[in-house]
Amino acid sequence: MDLIKQRQEEIIEEFAMLDGDMEMTLDYIMELGAELAELPDEARIEDNIVKGCQSKVWLTAELDNDRVQFKADSNTAITKGLVSLLVRTLNQSAPQDVVNAEIYFPQQIGMDRFIGTQRSNGFAAMIKQMKMYALALTAKQES
Amino acid sequence: MSASTTTTIDIAKIRSEFPVLDQEVNGKPLIYFDNAASSQTVKSVVDALVQFYEKDHANIHRGIHTLAERSTKGFEATRERVHKFINSAEVDEIIFTKGTTESINLVAQSWGSKFLSEGDEILISQLEHHSNIVPWQLAAERTGAIIKVIPINDKGEILMDEYKKLLSSKTKLVAVNYVSNSLGTINPVKEIIELAMAQRATTMIDAAQAAPHVKIDVQNLNCDFLALSSHKMYGPTGVGVLYGRRDLLESMPPYQGGGEMIKDVSFNGTTFNDIPYKFEAGTPNIGEVIAFKYAMDFIENIGHENIQAYENELLEYANIKLSKIQGFTPIGTAENKASVISFLINNVHPYDLGQLLDVKGIAVRTGHHCTQPLMDFLEIDGTVRASFAVYNTKEEIDVFCESLQKIVERFN
Ligand SMILES: Cc1ncc(COP(=O)(O)O)c(C=O)c1O
Repeated sequence: MDLIKQRQEEIIEEFAMLDGDMEMTLDYIMELGAELAELPDEARIEDNIVKGCQSKVWLTAELDNDRVQFKADSNTAITKGLVSLLVRTLNQSAPQDVVNAEIYFPQQIGMDRFIGTQRSNGFAAMIKQMKMYALALTAKQES
Repeated sequence: MSASTTTTIDIAKIRSEFPVLDQEVNGKPLIYFDNAASSQTVKSVVDALVQFYEKDHANIHRGIHTLAERSTKGFEATRERVHKFINSAEVDEIIFTKGTTESINLVAQSWGSKFLSEGDEILISQLEHHSNIVPWQLAAERTGAIIKVIPINDKGEILMDEYKKLLSSKTKLVAVNYVSNSLGTINPVKEIIELAMAQRATTMIDAAQAAPHVKIDVQNLNCDFLALSSHKMYGPTGVGVLYGRRDLLESMPPYQGGGEMIKDVSFNGTTFNDIPYKFEAGTPNIGEVIAFKYAMDFIENIGHENIQAYENELLEYANIKLSKIQGFTPIGTAENKASVISFLINNVHPYDLGQLLDVKGIAVRTGHHCTQPLMDFLEIDGTVRASFAVYNTKEEIDVFCESLQKIVERFN
Protein backbone atom coordinates (compact mmCIF):
# COMPACT_ATOMS: atom_id res chain seq x y z
CA MET A 1 0.00 0.00 0.00
CA ASP A 2 1.34 3.46 -0.79
CA LEU A 3 2.17 5.80 2.04
CA ILE A 4 -0.71 8.21 1.43
CA LYS A 5 -3.24 5.42 1.46
CA GLN A 6 -1.67 3.86 4.52
CA ARG A 7 -1.83 7.13 6.47
CA GLN A 8 -5.47 7.56 5.54
CA GLU A 9 -6.30 4.05 6.68
CA GLU A 10 -4.66 4.82 10.03
CA ILE A 11 -6.75 7.95 10.42
CA ILE A 12 -9.94 6.10 9.53
CA GLU A 13 -9.14 3.44 12.12
CA GLU A 14 -8.40 5.97 14.85
CA PHE A 15 -11.60 7.86 14.22
CA ALA A 16 -13.64 4.68 14.18
CA MET A 17 -12.61 4.16 17.80
CA LEU A 18 -14.28 7.42 18.73
CA ASP A 19 -17.58 5.85 17.83
CA GLY A 20 -19.04 8.95 16.23
CA ASP A 21 -19.04 10.86 19.53
CA MET A 22 -18.85 14.49 18.42
CA GLU A 23 -17.32 15.85 21.57
CA MET A 24 -14.60 13.21 21.70
CA THR A 25 -13.97 13.58 18.00
CA LEU A 26 -13.43 17.33 18.20
CA ASP A 27 -11.29 16.82 21.26
CA TYR A 28 -9.15 14.35 19.38
CA ILE A 29 -8.86 16.67 16.39
CA MET A 30 -7.67 19.48 18.63
CA GLU A 31 -5.19 17.16 20.30
CA LEU A 32 -3.72 16.22 16.94
CA GLY A 33 -3.51 19.90 16.07
CA ALA A 34 -1.61 20.64 19.25
CA GLU A 35 0.96 18.01 18.30
CA LEU A 36 1.57 19.49 14.87
CA ALA A 37 5.19 20.50 14.30
CA GLU A 38 5.61 24.19 14.91
CA LEU A 39 5.55 26.59 12.01
CA PRO A 40 8.44 29.07 12.23
CA ASP A 41 7.31 32.62 12.95
CA GLU A 42 8.77 33.93 9.70
CA ALA A 43 6.44 31.58 7.80
CA ARG A 44 3.39 33.20 9.32
CA ILE A 45 3.02 35.67 6.49
CA GLU A 46 0.20 36.72 4.22
CA ASP A 47 1.66 34.79 1.27
CA ASN A 48 1.34 31.50 3.13
CA ILE A 49 -2.30 31.95 4.08
CA VAL A 50 -4.69 29.52 2.41
CA LYS A 51 -7.38 31.48 0.63
CA GLY A 52 -10.93 30.31 1.15
CA CYS A 53 -10.64 29.40 4.83
CA GLN A 54 -12.69 31.30 7.38
CA SER A 55 -10.03 30.80 10.00
CA LYS A 56 -6.46 31.70 9.23
CA VAL A 57 -4.42 28.78 7.95
CA TRP A 58 -0.72 29.09 7.09
CA LEU A 59 0.79 26.41 4.95
CA THR A 60 4.33 25.90 3.62
CA ALA A 61 5.95 23.12 1.61
CA GLU A 62 9.55 22.29 0.84
CA LEU A 63 11.51 19.40 -0.56
CA ASP A 64 13.55 17.26 1.74
CA ASN A 65 15.35 14.39 0.04
CA ASP A 66 12.85 14.51 -2.80
CA ARG A 67 9.94 14.23 -0.40
CA VAL A 68 7.47 16.99 0.40
CA GLN A 69 7.60 18.50 3.85
CA PHE A 70 4.44 20.39 4.70
CA LYS A 71 4.21 22.68 7.68
CA ALA A 72 1.00 24.33 8.82
CA ASP A 73 -0.64 26.32 11.54
CA SER A 74 -4.00 27.93 12.22
CA ASN A 75 -5.39 30.51 14.60
CA THR A 76 -8.20 28.15 15.59
CA ALA A 77 -7.61 24.87 17.37
CA ILE A 78 -10.12 22.80 15.40
CA THR A 79 -8.88 23.97 12.02
CA LYS A 80 -5.33 23.33 13.14
CA GLY A 81 -6.35 19.78 13.93
CA LEU A 82 -7.97 19.40 10.53
CA VAL A 83 -4.95 20.65 8.65
CA SER A 84 -2.76 18.37 10.76
CA LEU A 85 -4.67 15.40 9.32
CA LEU A 86 -3.73 16.53 5.84
CA VAL A 87 -0.12 17.22 6.74
CA ARG A 88 0.09 13.76 8.24
CA THR A 89 -1.47 12.18 5.16
CA LEU A 90 0.64 13.93 2.58
CA ASN A 91 3.98 14.49 4.30
CA GLN A 92 7.04 12.59 3.15
CA SER A 93 5.56 11.50 -0.13
CA ALA A 94 6.99 12.32 -3.53
CA PRO A 95 5.54 15.55 -4.94
CA GLN A 96 4.01 13.72 -7.88
CA ASP A 97 2.22 11.34 -5.49
CA VAL A 98 0.78 14.30 -3.60
CA VAL A 99 -0.44 15.80 -6.86
CA ASN A 100 -2.13 12.52 -7.77
CA ALA A 101 -3.36 11.66 -4.28
CA GLU A 102 -6.97 10.78 -3.77
CA ILE A 103 -8.00 12.10 -0.37
CA TYR A 104 -10.84 9.88 0.78
CA PHE A 105 -10.53 9.80 4.56
CA PRO A 106 -12.84 12.80 5.18
CA GLN A 107 -15.86 10.94 3.76
CA GLN A 108 -14.87 7.76 5.60
CA ILE A 109 -14.66 9.45 8.99
CA GLY A 110 -17.88 11.37 8.29
CA MET A 111 -16.18 14.71 8.51
CA ASP A 112 -19.15 16.64 7.15
CA ARG A 113 -20.95 15.76 10.39
CA PHE A 114 -18.53 17.64 12.56
CA ILE A 115 -17.41 20.43 10.30
CA GLY A 116 -19.96 22.74 8.77
CA THR A 117 -20.22 23.86 5.16
CA GLN A 118 -17.89 26.78 5.79
CA ARG A 119 -15.14 24.58 7.13
CA SER A 120 -15.71 21.96 4.41
CA ASN A 121 -14.98 24.60 1.81
CA GLY A 122 -11.93 25.63 3.77
CA PHE A 123 -10.79 22.03 3.95
CA ALA A 124 -11.11 21.63 0.19
CA ALA A 125 -9.10 24.84 -0.21
CA MET A 126 -6.33 23.37 1.95
CA ILE A 127 -6.13 20.21 -0.15
CA LYS A 128 -6.02 22.26 -3.31
CA GLN A 129 -3.26 24.44 -1.91
CA MET A 130 -1.20 21.43 -0.88
CA LYS A 131 -1.48 19.95 -4.36
CA MET A 132 -0.49 23.26 -5.92
CA TYR A 133 2.58 23.40 -3.73
CA ALA A 134 3.44 19.82 -4.69
CA LEU A 135 2.99 20.61 -8.35
CA ALA A 136 5.36 23.55 -8.02
CA LEU A 137 7.84 21.24 -6.32
CA THR A 138 7.70 18.70 -9.15
CA ALA A 139 8.66 21.48 -11.52
CA LYS A 140 11.53 22.36 -9.23
CA GLN A 141 12.63 18.72 -9.18
CA GLU A 142 12.71 18.57 -12.95
CA SER A 143 14.77 21.68 -13.38
CA MET B 1 -30.90 25.03 39.98
CA SER B 2 -30.80 28.81 39.70
CA ALA B 3 -32.29 31.99 40.98
CA SER B 4 -35.99 32.34 40.37
CA THR B 5 -37.48 34.80 37.97
CA THR B 6 -39.10 37.92 39.29
CA THR B 7 -41.05 38.89 36.21
CA THR B 8 -44.56 37.67 35.93
CA ILE B 9 -44.52 36.01 32.56
CA ASP B 10 -45.21 32.33 32.19
CA ILE B 11 -42.08 30.95 30.52
CA ALA B 12 -43.28 27.36 30.40
CA LYS B 13 -46.33 28.47 28.47
CA ILE B 14 -44.28 30.65 26.16
CA ARG B 15 -41.85 27.81 25.47
CA SER B 16 -44.72 25.51 24.62
CA GLU B 17 -45.57 27.89 21.78
CA PHE B 18 -42.18 27.17 20.18
CA PRO B 19 -42.15 23.47 19.31
CA VAL B 20 -38.72 23.86 17.71
CA LEU B 21 -37.17 24.41 21.14
CA ASP B 22 -38.20 20.94 22.24
CA GLN B 23 -35.48 18.94 20.53
CA GLU B 24 -32.03 17.55 21.04
CA VAL B 25 -29.03 18.72 19.07
CA ASN B 26 -25.98 16.49 19.18
CA GLY B 27 -27.67 14.50 21.91
CA LYS B 28 -28.20 17.54 24.16
CA PRO B 29 -31.29 19.66 24.69
CA LEU B 30 -31.18 22.56 22.25
CA ILE B 31 -30.25 25.90 23.77
CA TYR B 32 -30.92 28.57 21.18
CA PHE B 33 -28.95 31.75 21.85
CA ASP B 34 -28.77 33.02 18.28
CA ASN B 35 -31.88 35.13 18.42
CA ALA B 36 -30.28 38.32 17.15
CA ALA B 37 -29.59 36.54 13.86
CA SER B 38 -33.07 35.09 13.67
CA SER B 39 -35.55 34.19 16.37
CA GLN B 40 -37.60 31.00 16.35
CA THR B 41 -41.09 31.12 14.93
CA VAL B 42 -44.08 31.10 17.24
CA LYS B 43 -46.62 28.33 16.63
CA SER B 44 -49.49 30.69 15.81
CA VAL B 45 -47.40 31.97 12.92
CA VAL B 46 -46.66 28.47 11.67
CA ASP B 47 -50.37 27.64 11.96
CA ALA B 48 -51.26 30.73 9.94
CA LEU B 49 -48.78 29.70 7.23
CA VAL B 50 -50.32 26.24 7.08
CA GLN B 51 -53.80 27.72 6.97
CA PHE B 52 -52.78 29.96 4.08
CA TYR B 53 -51.14 27.23 2.04
CA GLU B 54 -53.80 24.63 2.78
CA LYS B 55 -56.91 26.79 2.62
CA ASP B 56 -56.50 30.34 1.39
CA HIS B 57 -53.72 30.56 -1.15
CA ALA B 58 -54.40 33.05 -3.92
CA ASN B 59 -52.74 36.12 -5.33
CA ILE B 60 -53.81 39.35 -3.69
CA HIS B 61 -55.54 42.47 -4.97
CA ARG B 62 -57.23 42.55 -8.38
CA GLY B 63 -58.94 39.20 -7.81
CA ILE B 64 -62.69 38.88 -7.44
CA HIS B 65 -62.90 35.27 -6.36
CA THR B 66 -63.25 34.18 -2.78
CA LEU B 67 -59.72 32.97 -2.11
CA ALA B 68 -58.22 36.14 -3.58
CA GLU B 69 -60.49 38.11 -1.31
CA ARG B 70 -59.42 36.11 1.74
CA SER B 71 -55.72 36.49 0.93
CA THR B 72 -56.07 40.21 0.28
CA LYS B 73 -57.92 40.73 3.56
CA GLY B 74 -55.27 38.79 5.47
CA PHE B 75 -52.49 40.70 3.78
CA GLU B 76 -54.01 44.08 4.49
CA ALA B 77 -54.84 43.03 8.05
CA THR B 78 -51.11 42.65 8.66
CA ARG B 79 -50.54 46.13 7.29
CA GLU B 80 -53.08 47.42 9.79
CA ARG B 81 -51.33 45.44 12.51
CA VAL B 82 -47.91 46.94 11.68
CA HIS B 83 -49.46 50.41 11.58
CA LYS B 84 -50.68 49.91 15.17
CA PHE B 85 -47.53 48.06 16.23
CA ILE B 86 -45.24 50.96 15.39
CA ASN B 87 -47.91 53.63 15.73
CA SER B 88 -47.60 55.19 12.30
CA ALA B 89 -49.93 58.08 11.57
CA GLU B 90 -51.42 56.24 8.60
CA VAL B 91 -51.70 52.68 7.43
CA ASP B 92 -50.51 53.67 3.94
CA GLU B 93 -47.12 54.52 5.36
CA ILE B 94 -46.40 50.80 5.81
CA ILE B 95 -44.60 49.11 2.92
CA PHE B 96 -43.86 45.40 2.84
CA THR B 97 -40.40 44.36 1.73
CA LYS B 98 -38.46 41.15 2.14
CA GLY B 99 -36.53 42.46 5.12
CA THR B 100 -34.65 45.32 6.69
CA THR B 101 -31.99 45.05 4.01
CA GLU B 102 -34.47 45.62 1.23
CA SER B 103 -36.19 48.40 3.17
CA ILE B 104 -32.93 50.30 3.48
CA ASN B 105 -32.01 49.65 -0.14
CA LEU B 106 -35.39 50.95 -1.22
CA VAL B 107 -34.76 54.23 0.57
CA ALA B 108 -31.15 54.48 -0.58
CA GLN B 109 -32.14 53.96 -4.20
CA SER B 110 -35.45 55.75 -4.42
CA TRP B 111 -35.05 58.59 -1.93
CA GLY B 112 -31.32 58.73 -2.63
CA SER B 113 -31.73 59.21 -6.35
CA LYS B 114 -34.15 62.07 -5.84
CA PHE B 115 -32.72 63.88 -2.84
CA LEU B 116 -28.98 63.26 -2.77
CA SER B 117 -26.53 65.25 -4.80
CA GLU B 118 -22.84 65.95 -4.93
CA GLY B 119 -21.32 67.05 -1.64
CA ASP B 120 -24.34 66.12 0.45
CA GLU B 121 -23.44 64.28 3.62
CA ILE B 122 -24.82 61.01 4.91
CA LEU B 123 -24.12 60.28 8.58
CA ILE B 124 -24.02 56.68 9.73
CA SER B 125 -22.55 55.32 12.94
CA GLN B 126 -19.57 53.08 13.55
CA LEU B 127 -22.04 50.52 14.93
CA GLU B 128 -23.95 49.85 11.73
CA HIS B 129 -24.78 46.52 10.16
CA HIS B 130 -23.47 46.16 6.60
CA SER B 131 -27.04 46.56 5.38
CA ASN B 132 -27.06 50.11 6.75
CA ILE B 133 -23.65 50.88 5.25
CA VAL B 134 -23.39 49.38 1.78
CA PRO B 135 -26.66 50.78 0.34
CA TRP B 136 -25.44 54.26 1.33
CA GLN B 137 -22.04 53.64 -0.20
CA LEU B 138 -23.77 52.69 -3.44
CA ALA B 139 -26.00 55.76 -3.24
CA ALA B 140 -22.97 57.93 -2.53
CA GLU B 141 -21.19 56.51 -5.56
CA ARG B 142 -24.17 57.24 -7.78
CA THR B 143 -24.81 60.75 -6.51
CA GLY B 144 -21.47 62.09 -5.31
CA ALA B 145 -22.72 62.31 -1.72
CA ILE B 146 -20.22 61.73 1.08
CA ILE B 147 -20.48 59.30 3.98
CA LYS B 148 -19.36 60.44 7.41
CA VAL B 149 -19.09 58.09 10.35
CA ILE B 150 -20.35 58.97 13.81
CA PRO B 151 -17.74 57.64 16.25
CA ILE B 152 -18.39 55.52 19.33
CA ASN B 153 -16.56 55.00 22.61
CA ASP B 154 -14.93 51.76 23.78
CA LYS B 155 -18.15 50.67 25.47
CA GLY B 156 -19.92 50.77 22.12
CA GLU B 157 -21.92 53.96 22.69
CA ILE B 158 -22.41 56.67 20.11
CA LEU B 159 -20.48 59.82 21.00
CA MET B 160 -23.25 62.39 20.94
CA ASP B 161 -20.88 65.36 21.10
CA GLU B 162 -19.04 64.10 18.07
CA TYR B 163 -22.36 63.52 16.34
CA LYS B 164 -23.36 67.13 17.01
CA LYS B 165 -20.07 68.30 15.53
CA LEU B 166 -20.63 66.27 12.37
CA LEU B 167 -24.13 67.64 11.84
CA SER B 168 -24.35 70.63 9.55
CA SER B 169 -26.48 72.12 6.84
CA LYS B 170 -24.73 69.69 4.49
CA THR B 171 -26.17 66.71 6.36
CA LYS B 172 -28.89 65.26 4.18
CA LEU B 173 -29.45 61.99 5.95
CA VAL B 174 -28.77 60.38 9.31
CA ALA B 175 -29.06 56.58 9.26
CA VAL B 176 -28.45 54.68 12.50
CA ASN B 177 -29.57 51.51 14.14
CA TYR B 178 -31.88 51.59 17.13
CA VAL B 179 -30.16 48.59 18.71
CA SER B 180 -26.75 47.30 17.65
CA ASN B 181 -26.83 43.68 16.56
CA SER B 182 -23.20 43.04 17.49
CA LEU B 183 -23.05 44.71 20.89
CA GLY B 184 -26.65 45.20 21.94
CA THR B 185 -26.24 48.95 22.52
CA ILE B 186 -29.60 50.72 22.58
CA ASN B 187 -28.93 54.04 20.89
CA PRO B 188 -30.60 57.31 21.94
CA VAL B 189 -32.43 57.47 18.64
CA LYS B 190 -35.00 60.01 19.73
CA GLU B 191 -32.30 62.50 20.55
CA ILE B 192 -30.38 61.58 17.40
CA ILE B 193 -33.47 62.26 15.31
CA GLU B 194 -34.23 65.53 17.08
CA LEU B 195 -30.75 66.84 16.38
CA ALA B 196 -30.93 65.72 12.76
CA MET B 197 -34.27 67.45 12.30
CA ALA B 198 -32.81 70.70 13.55
CA GLN B 199 -30.54 70.54 10.49
CA ARG B 200 -33.44 69.51 8.24
CA ALA B 201 -31.78 66.17 7.67
CA THR B 202 -33.85 63.09 6.83
CA THR B 203 -33.64 60.20 9.30
CA MET B 204 -33.60 56.46 8.72
CA ILE B 205 -33.77 54.11 11.69
CA ASP B 206 -32.68 50.50 11.33
CA ALA B 207 -34.94 48.87 13.91
CA ALA B 208 -34.17 45.25 12.96
CA GLN B 209 -32.83 44.49 16.43
CA ALA B 210 -35.10 46.85 18.32
CA ALA B 211 -38.43 45.50 17.12
CA PRO B 212 -38.43 42.29 19.20
CA HIS B 213 -37.31 44.06 22.38
CA VAL B 214 -38.35 47.69 22.45
CA LYS B 215 -41.73 49.38 21.94
CA ILE B 216 -41.42 51.33 18.72
CA ASP B 217 -43.47 54.47 18.18
CA VAL B 218 -42.54 56.19 14.95
CA GLN B 219 -44.63 59.27 15.72
CA ASN B 220 -42.99 59.71 19.06
CA LEU B 221 -39.56 59.10 17.56
CA ASN B 222 -40.43 61.44 14.72
CA CYS B 223 -38.25 59.54 12.27
CA ASP B 224 -38.74 59.75 8.50
CA PHE B 225 -38.00 56.10 7.74
CA LEU B 226 -37.79 52.97 9.84
CA ALA B 227 -37.01 49.40 8.83
CA LEU B 228 -37.59 46.07 10.53
CA SER B 229 -37.57 42.32 9.81
CA SER B 230 -40.25 39.82 10.76
CA HIS B 231 -37.84 36.93 11.24
CA LYS B 232 -36.23 38.63 14.22
CA MET B 233 -39.66 39.06 15.84
CA TYR B 234 -40.80 35.43 16.05
CA GLY B 235 -42.31 35.79 12.58
CA PRO B 236 -41.58 34.22 9.19
CA THR B 237 -38.55 34.91 7.01
CA GLY B 238 -38.84 36.94 3.83
CA VAL B 239 -40.96 39.73 5.30
CA GLY B 240 -39.83 43.15 6.30
CA VAL B 241 -41.34 46.55 6.75
CA LEU B 242 -40.41 49.98 5.60
CA TYR B 243 -42.17 52.77 7.39
CA GLY B 244 -41.98 56.09 5.59
CA ARG B 245 -43.59 59.44 6.15
CA ARG B 246 -46.39 59.94 3.61
CA ASP B 247 -45.08 63.15 2.05
CA LEU B 248 -41.65 61.61 1.54
CA LEU B 249 -42.98 58.37 0.11
CA GLU B 250 -45.22 60.29 -2.26
CA SER B 251 -42.38 62.43 -3.50
CA MET B 252 -40.09 59.45 -4.15
CA PRO B 253 -39.79 57.62 -7.48
CA PRO B 254 -40.70 53.92 -7.61
CA TYR B 255 -38.07 51.44 -6.51
CA GLN B 256 -38.95 48.58 -8.83
CA GLY B 257 -41.31 48.42 -11.74
CA GLY B 258 -43.84 45.70 -12.42
CA GLY B 259 -47.31 44.58 -11.57
CA GLU B 260 -49.16 45.93 -8.55
CA MET B 261 -47.26 49.22 -8.46
CA ILE B 262 -49.03 50.80 -11.44
CA LYS B 263 -52.33 52.49 -12.17
CA ASP B 264 -52.19 52.39 -15.95
CA VAL B 265 -49.57 51.07 -18.30
CA SER B 266 -49.24 51.95 -21.94
CA PHE B 267 -46.26 52.15 -24.24
CA ASN B 268 -46.64 55.89 -24.19
CA GLY B 269 -46.17 56.04 -20.47
CA THR B 270 -47.21 54.58 -17.18
CA THR B 271 -48.89 56.09 -14.18
CA PHE B 272 -47.96 54.74 -10.81
CA ASN B 273 -50.17 53.48 -8.06
CA ASP B 274 -50.58 55.33 -4.77
CA ILE B 275 -48.51 54.48 -1.72
CA PRO B 276 -47.94 51.92 -0.34
CA TYR B 277 -48.57 49.93 -3.56
CA LYS B 278 -46.23 52.11 -5.59
CA PHE B 279 -43.38 50.44 -3.72
CA GLU B 280 -44.69 46.89 -3.79
CA ALA B 281 -44.03 45.66 -7.31
CA GLY B 282 -44.80 42.03 -8.07
CA THR B 283 -46.32 39.26 -6.00
CA PRO B 284 -45.14 39.63 -2.42
CA ASN B 285 -44.55 36.93 0.20
CA ILE B 286 -48.30 36.72 0.78
CA GLY B 287 -48.53 33.83 3.22
CA GLU B 288 -45.60 35.07 5.24
CA VAL B 289 -46.98 38.59 5.45
CA ILE B 290 -50.35 37.24 6.59
CA ALA B 291 -48.67 35.07 9.23
CA PHE B 292 -46.45 37.92 10.46
CA LYS B 293 -49.51 39.47 12.09
CA TYR B 294 -49.55 36.64 14.62
CA ALA B 295 -45.94 37.35 15.60
CA MET B 296 -46.87 40.90 16.52
CA ASP B 297 -49.89 39.60 18.42
CA PHE B 298 -47.59 37.26 20.31
CA ILE B 299 -45.24 40.09 21.28
CA GLU B 300 -48.01 42.44 22.33
CA ASN B 301 -49.90 39.79 24.24
CA ILE B 302 -46.87 39.41 26.47
CA GLY B 303 -46.16 43.14 26.31
CA HIS B 304 -42.95 44.93 25.41
CA GLU B 305 -42.42 46.01 29.00
CA ASN B 306 -42.66 42.47 30.29
CA ILE B 307 -40.42 41.18 27.54
CA GLN B 308 -37.81 43.82 28.21
CA ALA B 309 -37.91 43.30 31.96
CA TYR B 310 -37.49 39.56 31.57
CA GLU B 311 -34.74 39.81 28.98
CA ASN B 312 -32.91 42.34 31.15
CA GLU B 313 -33.05 39.85 33.96
CA LEU B 314 -31.51 37.21 31.71
CA LEU B 315 -28.86 39.68 30.58
CA GLU B 316 -27.85 40.62 34.11
CA TYR B 317 -27.86 37.03 35.23
CA ALA B 318 -25.67 35.97 32.33
CA ASN B 319 -23.30 38.91 32.83
CA ILE B 320 -22.70 37.95 36.44
CA LYS B 321 -22.19 34.28 35.69
CA LEU B 322 -19.99 34.85 32.65
CA SER B 323 -17.74 37.32 34.44
CA LYS B 324 -16.64 34.45 36.69
CA ILE B 325 -15.22 32.54 33.74
CA GLN B 326 -11.48 32.86 33.45
CA GLY B 327 -10.41 35.06 30.57
CA PHE B 328 -13.94 36.29 29.80
CA THR B 329 -13.93 39.69 28.11
CA PRO B 330 -17.26 41.30 27.27
CA ILE B 331 -17.26 43.29 24.02
CA GLY B 332 -19.71 46.16 24.26
CA THR B 333 -20.60 47.34 27.72
CA ALA B 334 -23.02 50.16 27.02
CA GLU B 335 -25.16 51.39 29.90
CA ASN B 336 -28.32 50.82 27.92
CA LYS B 337 -28.31 47.39 26.33
CA ALA B 338 -30.62 44.82 24.80
CA SER B 339 -30.19 41.14 25.63
CA VAL B 340 -27.08 40.60 23.54
CA ILE B 341 -23.73 39.54 24.96
CA SER B 342 -20.73 39.66 22.69
CA PHE B 343 -17.55 38.33 24.20
CA LEU B 344 -14.11 36.86 23.76
CA ILE B 345 -12.28 34.36 25.89
CA ASN B 346 -8.51 34.57 26.12
CA ASN B 347 -6.69 31.88 24.15
CA VAL B 348 -9.83 30.52 22.56
CA HIS B 349 -10.80 31.54 19.06
CA PRO B 350 -14.50 32.42 18.62
CA TYR B 351 -14.89 29.75 15.89
CA ASP B 352 -13.60 27.07 18.22
CA LEU B 353 -15.92 28.27 20.96
CA GLY B 354 -18.89 28.32 18.61
CA GLN B 355 -18.26 24.83 17.38
CA LEU B 356 -17.52 23.36 20.79
CA LEU B 357 -20.71 24.92 22.14
CA ASP B 358 -22.69 23.50 19.22
CA VAL B 359 -21.52 20.03 20.18
CA LYS B 360 -23.17 20.70 23.52
CA GLY B 361 -26.41 21.68 21.81
CA ILE B 362 -25.86 25.42 22.27
CA ALA B 363 -26.38 27.74 19.29
CA VAL B 364 -24.42 31.01 19.39
CA ARG B 365 -23.07 33.13 16.58
CA THR B 366 -19.40 33.75 15.90
CA GLY B 367 -17.64 36.15 13.59
CA HIS B 368 -18.04 39.78 12.65
CA HIS B 369 -21.86 39.73 12.65
CA CYS B 370 -21.97 41.78 9.44
CA THR B 371 -20.32 44.71 11.20
CA GLN B 372 -16.76 44.65 9.92
CA PRO B 373 -16.14 48.39 10.39
CA LEU B 374 -17.17 47.99 14.03
CA MET B 375 -14.81 45.03 14.45
CA ASP B 376 -12.02 47.09 12.86
CA PHE B 377 -12.68 49.87 15.34
CA LEU B 378 -12.53 47.37 18.22
CA GLU B 379 -9.41 45.84 16.63
CA ILE B 380 -10.78 42.32 16.69
CA ASP B 381 -11.76 39.83 13.98
CA GLY B 382 -15.02 38.93 15.59
CA THR B 383 -16.75 37.82 18.77
CA VAL B 384 -18.91 35.08 20.15
CA ARG B 385 -22.42 36.42 20.50
CA ALA B 386 -25.14 35.03 22.72
CA SER B 387 -28.47 36.77 22.27
CA PHE B 388 -31.53 36.02 24.34
CA ALA B 389 -35.21 35.94 23.47
CA VAL B 390 -38.28 35.81 25.64
CA TYR B 391 -38.31 31.99 25.61
CA ASN B 392 -34.81 31.61 27.01
CA THR B 393 -34.27 30.76 30.67
CA LYS B 394 -31.77 31.15 33.46
CA GLU B 395 -31.40 27.37 33.50
CA GLU B 396 -30.19 27.56 29.91
CA ILE B 397 -27.73 30.26 30.90
CA ASP B 398 -26.48 27.97 33.68
CA VAL B 399 -25.84 25.16 31.20
CA PHE B 400 -24.23 27.62 28.79
CA CYS B 401 -21.85 28.92 31.45
CA GLU B 402 -20.98 25.43 32.69
CA SER B 403 -20.23 24.36 29.13
CA LEU B 404 -18.09 27.42 28.52
CA GLN B 405 -16.24 26.79 31.75
CA LYS B 406 -15.40 23.25 30.62
CA ILE B 407 -14.22 24.43 27.22
CA VAL B 408 -12.05 27.12 28.79
CA GLU B 409 -10.50 24.58 31.16
CA ARG B 410 -9.60 22.38 28.23
CA PHE B 411 -7.66 25.21 26.62
CA ASN B 412 -5.76 26.25 29.75
C1 LIG C 1 -29.09 45.81 12.96
C2 LIG C 1 -29.44 45.03 11.74
N1 LIG C 1 -29.74 45.67 10.60
C3 LIG C 1 -30.10 45.01 9.50
C4 LIG C 1 -30.14 43.64 9.45
C5 LIG C 1 -30.53 42.95 8.18
O1 LIG C 1 -31.75 42.33 8.33
P1 LIG C 1 -32.29 41.32 7.21
O2 LIG C 1 -31.19 40.34 6.99
O3 LIG C 1 -33.49 40.71 7.84
O4 LIG C 1 -32.60 42.10 6.01
C6 LIG C 1 -29.83 42.93 10.60
C7 LIG C 1 -29.83 41.45 10.57
O5 LIG C 1 -28.95 40.80 11.08
C8 LIG C 1 -29.47 43.64 11.77
O6 LIG C 1 -29.17 42.98 12.89
